[in-house]
Amino acid sequence: MSRTARDVVFVDGVRTPFGKSGKGLYAETRADDLIVRVIRELMRRNPGLPPERVDEVAIAATTQIGDQGLTLGRTAAILAGLPRSVPGYSIDRMCAGALTAATTAGAGISFGAYDVVIAGGVEHMGRHPMGEGVDPNPRIISEKLVDPSALVMGNTAENLHDRFPTITKERADAYAVRSQEKVAKAYADGKIQPDLVETLVRSAEKGFGLATQDEPPRPGTTMESLASLKTPFRAHGNVTPGNAAGLNDGATGTLLMAEEVAEELGLDARMRLVDFSFTGVEPEVMGVGPVPATEKLFARQGLTIDDIGLIEINEAFAVQVLAFLEHFGIADDDARVNPWGGAIAVGHPLASSGGRLMMQLARQFAERPDVRYGITTMCVGLGMGGTILWENTNYEGGK
Amino acid sequence: MSTAIEEARELFKDEVVTNAISRDVELPYGAGTAVLITLDNGHDHTKPNTFGPGGLLSLDSAIEAAKARTDIVAVAVTGKPFIFAVGADLTGVPALQNREQAEAIGKLGHDVFRKLGELDVPTFALVNGAAMGGGVEVALHCSYRTVSSGVPAFALPEAFLGLVPGWGGTYLLPNLIGAEKALKLIVDNPLAQNKMIKGKQVFEMGIADAIFEPADFVEESLRWAARVVKGDVTVERPEVDKGEAWDNAVNMARFVVEGKLHGAAPAPARAVELVAAAKTATRDEGFDAEDQALADLIMSDELKAGLYAFDLVQKRAKRPAGAPDKSLARKVTKVGVVGAGLMAGQLALLFARRLDVPVVMTDLDQDRLNKGVDYVHGEVDKLLKKGRVNQDKANHLKALVSGSLTKDAFSDADFVIEAVFEKMEVKQQVFAEVEAVVSPEAILATNTSSLSITEMASKLQHPERVVGFHFFNPVAVLPLLEIVRGDRTDDASLATAFATAKKLKKTSVLCKDAPAFVVNRLLTLFMGEVLAAVGEGTEPEVADRAVAPLGLPMSPLMLLQLVGPAVGLHVAETLHGAFPERFAVSPQLDAVVKAGKTAIFAPDLTIDPEVKELLKGGGSPSEEKEILDRALRAMAKEIRIMLDEGVVAEAADIDLCLITGAGWPFHTGGITPYLDKVGVSTEVNGKPFHEGAPKAF
Repeated sequence: MSRTARDVVFVDGVRTPFGKSGKGLYAETRADDLIVRVIRELMRRNPGLPPERVDEVAIAATTQIGDQGLTLGRTAAILAGLPRSVPGYSIDRMCAGALTAATTAGAGISFGAYDVVIAGGVEHMGRHPMGEGVDPNPRIISEKLVDPSALVMGNTAENLHDRFPTITKERADAYAVRSQEKVAKAYADGKIQPDLVETLVRSAEKGFGLATQDEPPRPGTTMESLASLKTPFRAHGNVTPGNAAGLNDGATGTLLMAEEVAEELGLDARMRLVDFSFTGVEPEVMGVGPVPATEKLFARQGLTIDDIGLIEINEAFAVQVLAFLEHFGIADDDARVNPWGGAIAVGHPLASSGGRLMMQLARQFAERPDVRYGITTMCVGLGMGGTILWENTNYEGGK
Repeated sequence: MSTAIEEARELFKDEVVTNAISRDVELPYGAGTAVLITLDNGHDHTKPNTFGPGGLLSLDSAIEAAKARTDIVAVAVTGKPFIFAVGADLTGVPALQNREQAEAIGKLGHDVFRKLGELDVPTFALVNGAAMGGGVEVALHCSYRTVSSGVPAFALPEAFLGLVPGWGGTYLLPNLIGAEKALKLIVDNPLAQNKMIKGKQVFEMGIADAIFEPADFVEESLRWAARVVKGDVTVERPEVDKGEAWDNAVNMARFVVEGKLHGAAPAPARAVELVAAAKTATRDEGFDAEDQALADLIMSDELKAGLYAFDLVQKRAKRPAGAPDKSLARKVTKVGVVGAGLMAGQLALLFARRLDVPVVMTDLDQDRLNKGVDYVHGEVDKLLKKGRVNQDKANHLKALVSGSLTKDAFSDADFVIEAVFEKMEVKQQVFAEVEAVVSPEAILATNTSSLSITEMASKLQHPERVVGFHFFNPVAVLPLLEIVRGDRTDDASLATAFATAKKLKKTSVLCKDAPAFVVNRLLTLFMGEVLAAVGEGTEPEVADRAVAPLGLPMSPLMLLQLVGPAVGLHVAETLHGAFPERFAVSPQLDAVVKAGKTAIFAPDLTIDPEVKELLKGGGSPSEEKEILDRALRAMAKEIRIMLDEGVVAEAADIDLCLITGAGWPFHTGGITPYLDKVGVSTEVNGKPFHEGAPKAF
C-alpha cells in the first residue's frame, strides 16, 4: 500500500505558569493536576475540536514516579475528562520530553495513523528531584562508558566551558542578564500571558491560590548581582544559579493535527512541522547537543542557519546556548534568538519546556510574516540534542 | 466577645478549629483582585471542616480583614479538598449548660455569616465538596454560589438531629428558591433517612448559580466570578412566589411533619414555622427567630437524644462492643445458603453483592430452588435496569449465585447460613447435614429470630462454629444484624461473623443467646402491652394510637401486619415460654391467626371489620395515656432485666438495635434516653439507664 506523508501543523499551545521548586507556587500541588489543567484548557480554547477526535495524548515526564507515573498520558486523559476512547502514553527524553512528544505523535500524524494529538510534558522538580530513584548500571563506571560528571547537568555545563575557553563566565552572565531583560519586556508587552492558563495552587498554610504568572523571573538582574553568586558545581567555576535555569515545576501542552484536519475543523494552523532530528553527543558535554542535531537537519533539508529567522533554544545553561551561537557564528545578542527570553529567566521544568518553545515560536511567527523558518532546539541529558524545523504558515515572502 | 461566647468557647475547648485562610488571587480578564478564603481544619477529608466558636471567629477575622480593604473586587469562600464544610461542631453541644450559652452560639453564627451577604463587594461561595448544615448556610449568605458537579452530599440535616438550620438557612433558602423546594431540603429530606442531594441537583434546584466539573472547579468558578464582577455575566434567578405557593408548601410540610411525628419531636415543626415566617419577616426578624429556635432546641432533650443516636450509628456501630479481635477472623471465599425462600434469596443476593464470592442455595425441591435462584437473578436485573450495576457486573453477580439440590455443593464453602423453617429439630437436622460435607472450620450461621443457638449447635461435632446471624426484614433496608454467641461459640467463629457483617455493610451488635435476642423481644413486649389493652376492651384504634407520642415509624398494629400476625404470634409464644410472667400470648391475636387473617388493615387503612371483631376483648378499656404508660414501664423493666442478664453490653446497644433494626427514631435516642427523660426508668427500676446525658460510649 502506498501512502503519502501528510503535513502536520501546530494549532495551539497552553502552559501553566512555571513555579520555583521547593517552597514555590506548586509546593503542595500535584504534577498530574498541572497537566490536566493544561489539557482541559487546550480543549476549552478549541471548541471546534470534538474531544473524540483526539487520537493520542502523549505526555512527557523525566521522572515517571508517583503523580508523574501510571502511564501519565492515559491517566491525564482520563482525569481531564476526555472520552474513554482517547488513548495516551508517557514519554521520556529528559529535557526534550515535550519536544519528543511532539515529534513522535506528530510523525504518527504524518504517517496517517492519527488525525489529532495532544503532545505535552510536565515536571514537578519539587516533588520529583532530578535523579529520584535512579539506579545507574555499574558498568557505566567500570567500563568508563560515561564520565561520572555526565550525570550531573551542572558539571556538564562546566565541562562545556572547558571545551569552549572563549565562553567566559562574564559572557554567560551577560547572556543571563539579557534573558531576564527580555522576559521582563515580553511580560510588559503582554507576549507571554496569552499562553498561560491560570492554575489552582494549594497550600495547607496559605490556602488555595491562583498561579497567574511565572514565578522564577528576576527582573532587574544585573552583572553585579550575578557576579557574587556561588559556583556550586566547581570551586571557582563558571556555572552559577544565575546563568543557568533553576529547578522548576510546570506543565505544557500543544495541539497538533494533520493540516487537512485543521482545515476541516476550521482551526488555525499556526506553523507547519517540516522536519526534526535528534543526535547523540558525548554525555559529559551534553549541552553541545543542539549543534549536531541542527546540522543534521540542515543537511537533510539543504538549509543553512541563514534560512532560519527565529530560534527558540532552551536555556538550560547560558554556556550551552553560547556554544550553539558560537558554532553557527551568531552574535550573543542576535535578535533572532529567544526574542522573549528563555529558561534562565522563565524556568525549565525539564520535560515540559519543549512545549513552551513551540508556543512562543508560533506567536512570534504570527508577528513576523517575513520569516519563513524557525527552529525549536534543546540540549538533552546523557548527551543529546533535538531540533524541530517549523515553517511559518503566515509567511508572506513567497507571495 | 460576650461572656456567653467565652463560656461556650471553654466548653468547646477540644474544638478542631476550621481556619479561614485568606489569600489574594488575581481574577482573570483583568477583573481585579479577589480575596479567596479557604476553610481548612488542617486534617484530610476524613475529618471534615466544622464550625465551633473558634472556627466562627476565624472566619469572622477573615471577613473583617477583607471588609477593611478598598483594593479588592470580590471575596470568595471555598473548602479544603473534597470538603466545603459540614456544619456546626456538635461535640460541645451536650455540655452547654444554659439557654444563654446556646443562644450565644446561634447569634455568633449569624453575626459572622451574615457579613458575607453585607459586604460592599460581591461574595462567592465555591462549593467544591461536601456541604451540610452551617456549611450550606455559609454558601447561602454569599451573593453568588457555584457548585462542583462532583459534590457527593449537600444537605441541611439539622431537623434529622433535632435542630433547625438556624444560621440563616430557614430564612435565606426559601427566599432564594421558594418555600416548596426549600422545605424539601429543610424538612422532607431530613425526615427521609436524612437524604442528601448531589452537586447537579444543587444547581438544578437553583441553589447554585453555576456548575463546573471537579477537575478545575475552583479555577473555572473564579473565571465565572470574574465575569460576574465585570458585568459580562448577569445572574438571573426566577422570582420566588411569595403568594399562595408559599403558604401551600408550608401547610403541606405541617401536614407531613404531624403525620410522621405526632408532635413527638419539636425540631421539624419549628423549622416549618420558621420557613412560614420567612415569607414576610425582615432579615433581622428572620435571623432573630432562628436564634430563639436554636436556643430552645439546643437545650432540648430531643437534641441530646438525637446527638446520642447519631454517635451510636456513626461511631458505636463501627466498633461493636464485645467483638473479638478481628485478626482472628477467617476468610470467606464461598457462601452456602440453606433454603430458597424469600429470605434465603435476599441473603444470597446480599452475600454475592457485598462479598463478591460464589453463593450456592440449596433446597430439596427443584421448583422452589429454581424460584429462589430466579428471584436473585431478577433482582440483579432490576439493579441493572436502575443503572446501579452495569451489564458486566450483572453477568458476574448472576454467575455467582447458583442452586443445588444436594448439600455437596457446600463442600468448599466457609460460611453456610440457614434460613429454613423456624423449628429446632429442622434446623438441627440441616446443620448436621451441612457438617457432613463442609470443613471442620466452616461457619454455620443461623438466621433464627428466636431459637437458642446453643441448643441448635448441641448435637454437632463442632458446635464452636455456630453463630446466630439475625437479619431484619427487608434485609436491604434495615441495617441491623444481631450476632449471637452460643455457649460454645469460639472467638474465631465470632470474629469471622463480625468481619463478614462488616463486609455486608451491616451494623452488628453482639447478643447473648437469649430468647428472641433484642429487637424481637422488645417489640413483642411493646406490642403485647398494646394487645393486652385491646384484650381488656380498649378499641383497637385507640390502643394503636396510644403510643403515637413517641413518633415511631409505624403504629404497633401496622408493624404486626408487616411482620405477619402468625410470625408475631410465634415469637410471642416463644417468649411466653421463656418468661411467662412478663410475656402474655394474646388470645385475640391467636384468634386472628386461627382465622387465617394475614392483614389487620383494609386497603383504606381502617381496621378490617372481621379482624376488629376477632380483636374484641373484655369490659375494662384503658385511656391512651394509660396504655402508653404501661408500654413504657414494661420496656423499662425488660431492658433493665436484659442488661442484668448481659444480653448486650450496655443500654447503648439496646438503643442501637432499636434504631437500626426497627427504625426507632433519633429524637427518642432509641428508647432509653426517652425512658430516662420521662422518669419511667427511675420509677420502675429505681435508677435511670444513663447518669446525666445519654452516653453512646
